Amino acid sequence: MPGTGSGLEKLPGGILVTTVEKLANWARTGSLWPATFGLACCAIEMMATGAGRYDLARFGMEVFRASPRQADLMIVAGRVSQKMAPVLRTIYDQMPEPKWVVSMGVCATSGGMFNNYAVVQGVDQIVPVDMYVPGCPPRPEMLMDGILRLHEKIRKGEPRGQLVLEPAASTRTGQEA
Amino acid sequence: MSEPNIDEAVVRPGEALDLPERAAAEHVTLNERRAQQVIAMGGGDWAEVTARAHAEGDDDLMVINMGPQHPSTHGVLRLVVELRGEAVISCQPVVGYLHTGIEKSAEYRTWVQGVTFVTRMDYLSPIFNETAYCLAVEKLLGVEAPPRAQALRVLLMELNRVASHLVWLATTGLELGALSVMLYGFREREEILDILEEITGLRMNHAWVRPAGVSQDLPDGTEERVRRFAGDMRGKIDEYETLLTRNPIWLERTRGIGHLSVDQLTGLGITGPMLRAGGVAHDLRKAEPYCGYEQYDFEVPTATDSDVYARYQVRIAEMRESLKIIEQVLDALPDGPVMIADPKIAWPARLALGPDGLGNSPAHVQHIMGESMEALIHHFKMVTEGIKVPAGEVYTTVESPRGELGYHVVSDGGNLPYRVHVRDPSFVNLQAVPVMMNGLLMADIIAALSSIDPVLGGVDR
Amino acid sequence: MPPETATQPPDALQPVLTGLRERFGDAVREIGGHRGEVTVELDPASLVEVATWLRDDPAAAFGHLSDLSGTDYPERPDRLCVDYHLYSREHNVRLRLKVRVTVAEPRLPTVTGVWPTANWHEREVYDFFGVRFDGHPNLVRILMPEDWKGYPHRKDYPLGGVDVDYIGAHVPPPDTRRYKGGWTST
Repeated sequence: MPGTGSGLEKLPGGILVTTVEKLANWARTGSLWPATFGLACCAIEMMATGAGRYDLARFGMEVFRASPRQADLMIVAGRVSQKMAPVLRTIYDQMPEPKWVVSMGVCATSGGMFNNYAVVQGVDQIVPVDMYVPGCPPRPEMLMDGILRLHEKIRKGEPRGQLVLEPAASTRTGQEA
Repeated sequence: MSEPNIDEAVVRPGEALDLPERAAAEHVTLNERRAQQVIAMGGGDWAEVTARAHAEGDDDLMVINMGPQHPSTHGVLRLVVELRGEAVISCQPVVGYLHTGIEKSAEYRTWVQGVTFVTRMDYLSPIFNETAYCLAVEKLLGVEAPPRAQALRVLLMELNRVASHLVWLATTGLELGALSVMLYGFREREEILDILEEITGLRMNHAWVRPAGVSQDLPDGTEERVRRFAGDMRGKIDEYETLLTRNPIWLERTRGIGHLSVDQLTGLGITGPMLRAGGVAHDLRKAEPYCGYEQYDFEVPTATDSDVYARYQVRIAEMRESLKIIEQVLDALPDGPVMIADPKIAWPARLALGPDGLGNSPAHVQHIMGESMEALIHHFKMVTEGIKVPAGEVYTTVESPRGELGYHVVSDGGNLPYRVHVRDPSFVNLQAVPVMMNGLLMADIIAALSSIDPVLGGVDR
Repeated sequence: MPPETATQPPDALQPVLTGLRERFGDAVREIGGHRGEVTVELDPASLVEVATWLRDDPAAAFGHLSDLSGTDYPERPDRLCVDYHLYSREHNVRLRLKVRVTVAEPRLPTVTGVWPTANWHEREVYDFFGVRFDGHPNLVRILMPEDWKGYPHRKDYPLGGVDVDYIGAHVPPPDTRRYKGGWTST
């Protein structure tokens, strides 16, 4: 058996051998089911990506699971308000491992154009994000590019995203601690 | 227990909502009791709610939480539904999960930058948001956009109305089980988005309508393209009707659901297709015409049944009328500028396509950099400081696909708005939810809710 | 509809304004107009009575409450201003009612008994300005979380932005960076 997983090797006789982890990663990217977490305008573009013209079904992703228990990928599509933030975390926690998060649009990535009391300035303060897709809203092709890069990331077994635990300075919301 | 009477289910202050025995026993109305309830996401509070329900001795009563993450609630709407078996006893919407602070943000941006904020409220009909805002600013300024700009605004508004109704049809079909309607609706919408992208540069959230005009004229070939689209679209609407209008499953799921009487509609302040499906032929494009709507010949479709099916019929008919208006606009499109000539109001630079993309036209750059110092100062001040709008307050309305979209704009004479308040139709129409849902089954909630066609971006702003 | 600067109210409103002055003369503080719109400023205590008359009187017939919006004018002693935008479908005419209250005593009677649509609008004004509507069936916050402190749309409430750091640049939050009033003093 090949020791350090250097990919596919052909043994004499034509048998392909690979490490189990690589096979598992490849299988995971084959049908990465997204959870419906469409919030605002990006949700409409996400629906358009799943619709007929920009077809997500070719990547095995057209089934947007309503239940997070059945989903692998959470596409946070839209601005996350203060009231929605605990819901976001709850849905993320309810997803079983392995799970990934795509932050779609600038509002989810960094608060976008809404630099104010009402919008969380980046969902990476709440959930660890693996892929950031900028745009307001990103075109369906941009979202698919982000998803395909995520597939690459998964296939290579790269480490997962990190929570940004230090929020940006001077978040004055008028709330006493 | 007896079925609650739908017609008497208007919530009046201090009155109980169709559970008289319970309210009389406690001398507390259901709404007052709800005001004391804190329904949070954690398990602890949930146990309190269910324990209270059980303590009242009613073991059949279930309190179900739909949303805010739910595939069928049209966005982040949360419905707290009390069910007895499958029958809905009460349904209270909780909103605010998409609150973005747009109204307050607009007070810290110039008047022209405000367009980019308001366009993201009702994200399915951005042109309507922009147009209503710009009409308010123009009213404060005391100016009017040039005729060509007004005609182009009407053109894009009607295209946007068709696109919005297509999304409504697609999502309603998806939720009621007609999955292919979702694909058809989005397929046609992609055609419209292509046209909008060609004209405005973006598929959504265009920021194309500016105070006293629009930012860019139509590119070459757009008129033929829109005409071709309008012709094709008629055939597609016929296809949808063939699929749905006499479909027995569609009729079973939509007829008789979510009835609202005219008094309830007026009392709840509901406008738009819901009001017209109740028989009231009220359309702001006819009653208080704006942007030159009085010169176009179109009808206001109404229906009488005031249920989900009637609203479906009204929206399909509205799509057809919009196509009629689009063709009339193209036939009568006047020539001329698309932005007012006044240099203190007009956005200074025309956009043009160059070798490195879209940007300020080279002629304008040459003018301000080489020819006229005054023009350079003017450009600088207009772009950084913005326009100055005389003090006052106005309230302007447009007929958006969901109803009356109104802007109450207050100016203090400066270059930033003092207050922009938006009367969003979805915010008001959602108040029909507790009234509509009485006596329905759980599955009918979805149909009734989608007939309101709420867009939570507008509800929460 | 071309915007007008005339202060003459539309003809359909003349009987309404006359009736208002006759019946509620002491409650009507001011009747003004701007760009063809008419604003009637009222004494807050008489709000429900005037509203009921405006809805029921056949010459007025304002059965439709289009909007209920709040504004904060901090330079005035009665800084919280609530505007009621009425529409009459029969006469196709609009009217604005205005009432003002202070922050110390921010109470207004509710008009949900007159127009049930005011329910959520009043909750929104309470949420963002802190105006309490007496008699409202369910006056809780609607758009902000239920336990939020403060009233965000008041002028002394900060916008709450964060600093944005780019490589080689630093952009302060929007409410600190733009000079209100513009580059020139006028």
